[in-house]
Amino acid sequence: MRDSNPRSILDEKGIRRALTRIAHEILERNEAPDVLYLVAIPNGGVPLARILATCLDEIAGLDVAVGVLDTTLYRDDLMQSGKRPPLRRTEMPSAVDERVVVLVDDVVKTGRTIRAAMDALMDFGRPRAVQVVGLVDRGHRELPIKLDYVGKNVPTQVGEAVRLRGAGADPGESLEVVVLPAEEHAA
Amino acid sequence: MTRLLIRGGRLLDPTTNLDEPGDLLCVDGRIDAVGAGLDARGAEVLDAEGAWITPGFVDLHAHLREPGQEYKEDIASGGRAAVAGGFTAVACMANTQPANDDPATTDFILDRARQDSPTKVYPIAAATRNLEGEVMTEMSALIDAGAVAFSDDGRTIMDSCVMRRVLEYSRLVDVPVIVHCEDRTLVGQGVMNEGAVSTRLGLPGNPAIAETVHVARDVILAEVTGARLHVAHVSTAGGIASIRAARERGLNVTAEVTPHHLTLTDEETAGYDTNTKVAPPLRSAEDRAACRAALVDGTIDAIATDHAPHAMHEKDQEFTEAPHGMIGFETAAPVTLDLGRPGELAPLAGVDRISTAPARILRRPGGSLAPGEPADVTVVDPDRNWCYDPAKGYSKSRNSPWAGRDLTGRVVSTIVDGTMVYHVDRGVLVP
Amino acid sequence: MMGRDLLGIEDLDREDIEKILETAVHMGEVGQRDVKKVPTLRGRTVVNLFFESSTRTRASFEIAGKRLSADVVNFSPSGSSLKKSESILDTARTLDAMDPDAVVVRHGVAGVPKRIADVLDAPVINAGDGAHEHPTQALLDLLTVQQEKGHIDGLTVTIVGDVAHSRVARSNIVGFRKMGAEVRVAAPPPMLPADVETLGVKAFTSLRESLDGVDVVMALRIQNERLVGSWFPSVREYSATFGLDRAKLRYARDGAIVMHPGPVNRGVELSHDLADHRPSVILDQVRNGVAIRMAVLYLFAGRRRGAGSSAPDEVAR
Repeated sequence: MRDSNPRSILDEKGIRRALTRIAHEILERNEAPDVLYLVAIPNGGVPLARILATCLDEIAGLDVAVGVLDTTLYRDDLMQSGKRPPLRRTEMPSAVDERVVVLVDDVVKTGRTIRAAMDALMDFGRPRAVQVVGLVDRGHRELPIKLDYVGKNVPTQVGEAVRLRGAGADPGESLEVVVLPAEEHAA
Repeated sequence: MTRLLIRGGRLLDPTTNLDEPGDLLCVDGRIDAVGAGLDARGAEVLDAEGAWITPGFVDLHAHLREPGQEYKEDIASGGRAAVAGGFTAVACMANTQPANDDPATTDFILDRARQDSPTKVYPIAAATRNLEGEVMTEMSALIDAGAVAFSDDGRTIMDSCVMRRVLEYSRLVDVPVIVHCEDRTLVGQGVMNEGAVSTRLGLPGNPAIAETVHVARDVILAEVTGARLHVAHVSTAGGIASIRAARERGLNVTAEVTPHHLTLTDEETAGYDTNTKVAPPLRSAEDRAACRAALVDGTIDAIATDHAPHAMHEKDQEFTEAPHGMIGFETAAPVTLDLGRPGELAPLAGVDRISTAPARILRRPGGSLAPGEPADVTVVDPDRNWCYDPAKGYSKSRNSPWAGRDLTGRVVSTIVDGTMVYHVDRGVLVP
Repeated sequence: MMGRDLLGIEDLDREDIEKILETAVHMGEVGQRDVKKVPTLRGRTVVNLFFESSTRTRASFEIAGKRLSADVVNFSPSGSSLKKSESILDTARTLDAMDPDAVVVRHGVAGVPKRIADVLDAPVINAGDGAHEHPTQALLDLLTVQQEKGHIDGLTVTIVGDVAHSRVARSNIVGFRKMGAEVRVAAPPPMLPADVETLGVKAFTSLRESLDGVDVVMALRIQNERLVGSWFPSVREYSATFGLDRAKLRYARDGAIVMHPGPVNRGVELSHDLADHRPSVILDQVRNGVAIRMAVLYLFAGRRRGAGSSAPDEVAR
C-alpha cells in the first residue's frame, strides 16, 4: 500500500534558506546587479520572487524590479487538450530591454512552462540575458532547458504532483512544498 | 355485391348518438347495418378489436398544391396522406397556381382526384380572381363545376367593400365563404405570436388583435349580408368571443380550429424551428385553452388540419423567410385524441368535430354511420403508440413539428365508399 | 454551464459570465503591450460570417482573433446574392467543410446563429441576430460597468430607447439581471416590446422617472430611416423626450455613467458633448469589446460538437 498523504519536502524555513543561497548565487553570477529584473511565473513564482527581492535588498541593498508574467496564452497544449485554464495576472512594471531577467518558478519539470515564459518575455522586448530560478527541480525534462539556480533537486515519479502551498490568497499561510501521490491529484 | 364487415369495435356515430360495441357492414359502397353479431358470410372482414369505428373524417381545410406546386404535394400524394390520416374527404384550398378561380381549374382538380386520389376531394374556389381581393369570381359557374365553398384563405380580403359584395353575392349559391381572419396591416412583419415569447426570441410579433379585429369585421358583414360565414383556423380567445356572440345572435357563422392550435403554443418556436411557423401563429397558453373550451362547448364546430406542405429547402430558410404552414393529415387523429384523454372532449363530440360537423358545414354526405349513408368509415385505435416520422408518411413534404415525437392513437383503417383504401399494416391500398 | 457555442447571454450562468469577464481583464492587459499579440490560436482559423453588414463588430472580432494569432477569414455573403444562390444552412455547411475552429455569425434575423450551430461541427459565436441577442456586446458592457463601478451586483441600470428592435437591449437585460443588477427600460410606448416585464425589467414611458437614482444609463441607437413616422413621430420629438443630455442626466445618481453601443446618432440619443466626454464611457466600451472577444475566442474556439464544457485546468508540474 502506498502512502496517500502529501509528503512535505520543503518547509517555509527551508524555502527561505534556499532562496537566500540563490540570492547569493545571483549576485555572484551577475557583475551588474543593477540591471537585474525578477520576473515571477504565477502563481507559485510570485511569493518566491518577492522573498528573493527582499534577500537581494538585505544582502546588497539592491532595489530589484519584480514583474509577474502569466504564460498561459503561450502554452503549447491548449488546443490539443481542449482545456482553457484560467488566465492569471501579468504585470511588467519595467521594460525588459537590456535587463538581465531572472525568471522565478516554483516547480520545474518538463521545461515547457519555462519555454512559454521565454517566448512571452521576448514579446515584451529584448533582454540582455535570461536566467532561470526553480525552487524545486523534479527532472523529467522534455525540452533542452537548464536551470541556472535550483533550490532543491527532488527526484519524483511522473504521476506524482509537486505543489507549493501557501502561495494563494491567504498571506498568513506559511509556504511549504509537498509531493502528492499520483491518485490524489488525478481528479 | 361487395361486402365489408368491420367487426368488434366501438361504434361512434354523433348523428344517431350511437356509442356501443358492435360491427358495421358495408354493402356496395353504402352502410348496410350497424349492430352486434352481424352476419359475416361472403364479406371481407376487418378486425376492429379495441378500436373505434367512426364516420370517415372530413377535412374542411387543406392545401393539396396541385396544380402548380407539385414539388410540395399533389392530389395523389395528398390524397394518400389524407386516407392514412383517416380522412375520407378533403376540401382543398384555392391558392394553387393558377388559383382555383375558374371552372376549368375546378374541373381539373376533380378530374385528377377521380384518377389519383383515394380520398374524396372537394374543391374550394377562390372568392376573388387570382386571390387578389378585387374582382369576385363566377360563383355560380364554379358551383356548377363542383366547388363547395369560396375562400381567398391566407390572402385575406382587406377591402371591406369587396368583402361585403362577396358575402352578399354568395347568397346566390348559398355556400360558405371561408375567411382567414388576419388584418394584414396589424400582422405587419410579424412571424410568430406577439407576446412574451416573441419578445424573448427577438422575432417580429403578429398580435392576437390582428385576428380579433378581423373576425369582428367579418361577423358584422355576415350579419348585414345574411351570408354563411365560416371562420377558418380560429386561434385567439378574442376571435372566439366574437364568434360566440355571433352565434348567440343566431347568425350563420361557423368556425374551425386546427390540431396544432389546440395543442401547441408559441413556446414551440423557442428553438427557431421553422416547422412551427404557421398562419395564424401558434398562440399563448391562454388562447390555446380558449380554443379547447370553445371546441368542447361547440362554439367552434370543427377540427380542420390546414395541411400545408412545403419543401425542405423552403423551410430551411431564415425564420422570417420560411413559408407558413405544417402538414397535418397523418397526425390529426392522435393529436386531437390527446384532447379526449384529460376528459375534455367526449369521444362522440370529438367524432362530431372531425367528421359530422365538417360534412354538415359543406353540405356533403358523410359524417354518419346510419344505414344508407355512403360507407366512408374510419377505424382508429385510440391507445396505439407510435413514433411519427414524416419520411415514412405519404405526403411529399416533411414540415411537421411532431416529427420524431411519440404519439398515442393511430388510424387503423380508412374505408371510402365501402372500399378499404388504407390499413396501417398494409399502407395505402389503391393502385 | 457554457456549451459549445455562445448563442446568447441566456445560455450562460453567472459563473460563466464571471469567468469570461475575468479572462477579458487579462486579455485587456495584452492589448496594452507594445506587441499586442500572443500565440494562443496560432494555426487556428476563425471565420467571420457576416450576413448583415457591420464595420465595428467585425473589426473588433478580427482584431481579437489576430491578437490571438488566429487566421481570420471574413465572409460576407450579401443579402441579394443569397436570395439567388444557396440557403444559409448550405453556406454554413460549406464553411464547416473547411474545418474552421470558430464561426462568428451575424445575421439580421433572430435565430439564424442557432440554426447554423445545429448543423455545424465548429462552435458558433453569435455576433448579433435580429432583435434577439448580441452576447459579446452585453459582456463588454458588463466589463465596462464592472471596471467603472467595481461591481455590478446591486446597481440599477436604465436602458433607454428602441428596446423593441434591439438585440443589445435583450442581451444586456439578461446579463445585468444575472449579475444581480436591477434593470429598467424607458422608451416611447411603441418601442417597448410586448410583455417586456416578463424579461424581468420595470418599464417606463417617462425618461425622468426611469433615471431616478440609477447608476448606469445605456442609450440605444435609433435606426432613423426605418422607424420615423411609424414608431415615433420625428427625430426632433424623440431627441426632446428621450435624448440624453447633461440636464436630464441630473435625475440619475451622482456619478452615473452613460453608455451607448455605437455608432451614436449625435443630437438624437446623446447630446454632442455627452457623446465625447465623461460620464460617457463609449470608447472604453469599444476597447473592452476587443478584450471580450479575445476572451470569447480563447474560451470557445476549437471546441467541437459533443465536447462539453471544460473544467478549469490544474496541470501537474
